[in-house]
Amino acid sequence: MTTGSLPGTAPPVRRPRSQLRELELRGVSRAYGAHLALKPFDLTVRGGEFVALLGPSGCGKTTALNCLAGLLPLTGGEIRLDGRRVDTLPPEKRGFGMVFQNYALFPHLTVRANVAFGLKMRRLGKAEIRDRVDAVLRLVRLTEHAAKHPGQLSGGQQQRVAIARAIVVQPPLVLMDEPLSNLDAALRLEMRSEIRRIHQEFGLTTIYVTHDQEEALSLADRLVVLRDGAVSQVGTPAELYEHPVSPYVAAFMGYRNLLGLTATSGDTAAGRGLSVAGTPGGGPVAAGQPVTVAIRPEDLHVAGDGEPGGAGVGGAVVGEAVAEVVEYHGRTLHVEAVTAEGDRLHLRTSRPVHPGDALRVAAAPERALIFPGDGGAP
Amino acid sequence: MTAVAAGPQAPAPDPGTVRGRVALTHRLAERGVDRVLLLAVPGVLALVALFCYPFLYGLQLSFQPAHGGVLGAYRAFFADPFARKSIWQTFALAIPASLINVGASVPISYRMRREFRGKRLLLAVLVVPITLGTVLTAEGIGEFYGPAGWFNRTLHLLGLSSSPVKLTMNYTGVLLSLVISGFPFAYLLIHSYLSGIHPSMEKAAATLGADWWQRFRYVTLPLLAPGLMTTFCLTFVMTFAVFPSALMVGDPDGSTHVISIEAYEAALQRFDYAQGCADAMIMTALMLAVIVAVTALRSRLYTGTTGGKG
Repeated sequence: MTTGSLPGTAPPVRRPRSQLRELELRGVSRAYGAHLALKPFDLTVRGGEFVALLGPSGCGKTTALNCLAGLLPLTGGEIRLDGRRVDTLPPEKRGFGMVFQNYALFPHLTVRANVAFGLKMRRLGKAEIRDRVDAVLRLVRLTEHAAKHPGQLSGGQQQRVAIARAIVVQPPLVLMDEPLSNLDAALRLEMRSEIRRIHQEFGLTTIYVTHDQEEALSLADRLVVLRDGAVSQVGTPAELYEHPVSPYVAAFMGYRNLLGLTATSGDTAAGRGLSVAGTPGGGPVAAGQPVTVAIRPEDLHVAGDGEPGGAGVGGAVVGEAVAEVVEYHGRTLHVEAVTAEGDRLHLRTSRPVHPGDALRVAAAPERALIFPGDGGAP
Repeated sequence: MTAVAAGPQAPAPDPGTVRGRVALTHRLAERGVDRVLLLAVPGVLALVALFCYPFLYGLQLSFQPAHGGVLGAYRAFFADPFARKSIWQTFALAIPASLINVGASVPISYRMRREFRGKRLLLAVLVVPITLGTVLTAEGIGEFYGPAGWFNRTLHLLGLSSSPVKLTMNYTGVLLSLVISGFPFAYLLIHSYLSGIHPSMEKAAATLGADWWQRFRYVTLPLLAPGLMTTFCLTFVMTFAVFPSALMVGDPDGSTHVISIEAYEAALQRFDYAQGCADAMIMTALMLAVIVAVTALRSRLYTGTTGGKG
């Protein structure tokens, strides 16, 4: 388990400004009775960064966010904002913006009053409140809905009000708790780029909780993958995508084929009628050791007759399987094939394949990751 | 019906009527008229027999006094200063008692949303008086707070008072009894209104910089206000009709000569039923006036959902 600073290179600074230089979490933990919902957790967030906490439900990511917001007291550890300790402050003194999963808009207030709420609590002047609310409403494109109540808005509009309300106070840190999970697929895509745009335009520092790896990869500068309250891996999207440190992270990053085999050398594995030439993913592997081989469906393809490995350069035949489910996805077919031993392989191909066809399946060795240990898949 | 051109494959039964019948049941269903409506029948019957009929009977009785013409009984009520004063005395009890019941319920139920040790016990203590009859409560107050009751004896023992504090057989005794029997009711109602407000509302307000008072003032209270008004109406109606305690721990010939006692004395001590009915009708009109006023105020507030998804 790696925590803190993996080779997490700082993202290029391209933002207008950020009020925060550094947010530091040191050994932050949270227990419910004997159950440790969040194990001691270290993370340093730089100003202007967009960090996603990624994991399945129950992995502790929302707990972590609530601890940051001050809605849950910590059981241990400390949170420092530019060196100043904030974990002892109540939520209203931290000044962080938070976007809730159910938006938590005030139903009795208009959109304008909802957005103005935080400014009003800060006792700003009427004229300043009006100007800042107008500016934010323009940014989230809700100017013409300012006089409406939340109940009269669509889900996407409510979501934008929630974001506007959180960012209008120009918080040093914005926390978002699965803000897109209540939206339909098309709107989710649209709002995703909206969130990234707002993050950049306002120079925000954002911590974003999600269970959707695609969302996390596309939005975040850095990802934190959580599992059972502990950090599995921290890194940039590319690092996690290319070099997951465990089968668990690999599964999250789209390595759908996780095969429990036995190592035959440092970089080959075999068993269950399959043999794979791969690359060690999470540390050295010795022959005879049980290993998990992770391959993305995109990297597994049908080997041509006689050809060593179809389209992939240096592709090596993994084994044989019978196509069972073939889905048409435009240029490619998504194929689910079953080996003689009953293992399911997910692969892509552009060649015509029909259910029942016997396939020879191949993968490039640099695309097949070999992890020590079996299991570990979510 | 004849307007429907009979095509070659037209079915034999008159299609016009069939279509008309379907349309009628559909139209009725649109207005909420269907067989489920029959479920309301027993309730409506009971309401007619137990409320509408006695009420209308009393109403017509109030217009037939022995003398003074149709409005004689009403004129007699307002001509008698002692009777007239009972209106003021009823309001003087009902309004403060309802305000105390609603006002005390808010902070207590606000606190009771959180878990703490002894919560169930406290809840039981708060709610038990609802199971006691008003007569029992009044009797208990008479015993406990009376001149020789435990309350005064304790005060005396502690040397806090030399002569007994007069808490019964006056206004205070009746107010106490109205609070003791009315509070559990108000508390239970407000507690349920309060738990209908999604906890994320206050969390959101907190992250926006609102301290506990601002969270209450700008988020919880506005969402709770319609519920408070409804609760006020209900406790007001209960306290406005105060009768046993006004007799038992009050001063029924003086400061707690409430309108229900006035009606009772007219009907069952002077056997002037018309006058008794007129008094009751005046009482009803006053209650309705207050309820209409509060409801009108309530309709100007936000009364939609109180949290969760919009």
